[in-house]
Amino acid sequence: MKKKIEEQFFLWLMRLATGSVMFVFAILLLVIIKKGWHAVSWQIISEVPQGGFYFGKAGGIFNAIIGSLYLAFGSTFLAVIIGLPVALGMNIQFARNKRFVRILRFLLDALWGVPSIVFGVFGFALMTYFHLRASLLAGIITVALFITPIFIRALDEVIRTIPEGLLEASFSLGATQTRTAYSVFFRQALPGFITAVLLAFGRGIGDAASVLFTAGYTDSIPHSVNEPTATLPLAIFFQLSSPIPEVKQRAYAAALILTGIILFISIVSRLFTKKYKKNIL
Amino acid sequence: MTILFTIRQKWVDRISNGWLNAVTFFMLLLPLAIGLGLVIESFPLLHKYAFTQLIGSSDWSPMDGKFGFYDFIVGSLWITLLSFFLSAPVCLLTAIYLTQYAPGWLMKLMYFVIDVLAGIPSVVYGAWGVLVIVPLIGAYVAPIFGFASTGYCLLSGGVVLAIMSVPYMLNMLMEVLLNIPVELKEASLSLGATYWETIKHVLLKQGKSGIIAALNLGISKALGETIAVLMVVGNVVQVPHNIFQAAYPLPALIANNYGDMMSIPMYASALMLSALLLFIIIILFNILTNALVYQRNK
Repeated sequence: MKKKIEEQFFLWLMRLATGSVMFVFAILLLVIIKKGWHAVSWQIISEVPQGGFYFGKAGGIFNAIIGSLYLAFGSTFLAVIIGLPVALGMNIQFARNKRFVRILRFLLDALWGVPSIVFGVFGFALMTYFHLRASLLAGIITVALFITPIFIRALDEVIRTIPEGLLEASFSLGATQTRTAYSVFFRQALPGFITAVLLAFGRGIGDAASVLFTAGYTDSIPHSVNEPTATLPLAIFFQLSSPIPEVKQRAYAAALILTGIILFISIVSRLFTKKYKKNIL
Repeated sequence: MTILFTIRQKWVDRISNGWLNAVTFFMLLLPLAIGLGLVIESFPLLHKYAFTQLIGSSDWSPMDGKFGFYDFIVGSLWITLLSFFLSAPVCLLTAIYLTQYAPGWLMKLMYFVIDVLAGIPSVVYGAWGVLVIVPLIGAYVAPIFGFASTGYCLLSGGVVLAIMSVPYMLNMLMEVLLNIPVELKEASLSLGATYWETIKHVLLKQGKSGIIAALNLGISKALGETIAVLMVVGNVVQVPHNIFQAAYPLPALIANNYGDMMSIPMYASALMLSALLLFIIIILFNILTNALVYQRNK
């Protein structure tokens, strides 16, 4: 009897916990949509800030949207160039050196845990060392450092699930390590690769702390990588601290746009994963 | 033809392996470079004051050249602990329910929820915290306990952080629980244990190392989160005496002062030192859990 009561008690506790997670999720989305919906307009999406923008006058946040996209695309590109060989190499070229791979995995996990503000500060230190100004380039490099470990570990987890027999089969047919990596393993890991890229992209576009020092902030769209750039998270952050209601409204609009982009990315990554799963062993 | 092809392949191989070695070396060096870079940048401050004096003192007035990090460290610690105690039990219970009791569709739905929650940028959580949590705590929760509060306080920060770390913790906990072999459960059930006893004695024991790792992930996430916390925690330099008072964690200190750090001597150095402190704590934390998990797996 006592056992029964204990089980029932915990069962209800667990239902309560699950329900509360769902509840918070629903409230979160509802509030963002409700607050942002009225504030979003074509003007906000398509115009750069005009004179007096920060006092509630005309203009929009087009510069921040474009700036965020530039930054996220640039840093994701860098992350793939650095990360793809490492993730493949950990499972092919270095696979036999188990100790080395374990150390590498540990370091990447540790880097994953390092807060983005630390990357931001480190990026700033690099900038001052090389006498650079806050710019799109500095932002891209900092964000790339921040998302590369995330990208590698996400992809590594996928590649690890590929059966070892495939490696042996490929080698026994006379393929080199590079061929095995890019023609055999990469193909198998393609859905996971896309998911990892989108994960890194989402992190890059949503992070505020790492670009706070390095990307600067400006009202215009950057024309070269040496110019500073605005980003959506910072646009939200700065406008929300304004005492003027119209400016605050724009922060909610920007929050809704940013959440929309992230939602779009996660849905697309799901669809991709489903579509390409068919071609896998 | 074949010879040409082989030669080309050989060069492709060489270049590709060269690049692989270069970037792997780079990734190996990155943590070292970050640590070293921060040490060099914070050296002027470390050279002038003793390390123990810096982290043990509450005296924070950069204008007079006084840098005591004690309040910030305590603030960080409190907020991390608070968010951990708010989110860990909920995540553990939810993970057990979803993997052991719930119907399949609910688990699928939850994976979608986790995906979206993990993707929402921290600044949006911060904005949401300002809109919902801060007024809630300031107007309703604090008066219940007999405190006057603006709502910009330790508890608000803890709640927002707890919600932010849910997707990470929950996802990993579910993975851990799903990876435990079914045979173990079946054996326990066939010996006459009830379902709940099986979960309590077999599942949780077997998954212990994974659970520790998942909780660690949540903690390190909470410790370093900047923007969302900064927006709701109040940012007053003090040691908070209850959860309805404002605090000032380390990441917020860095983010709030980057603008004028160049104008005051040693200030930049002090902010670099805060980043270094965060970096060291996170790395030590990782080493500790790694050792724990590795020992159990052996």
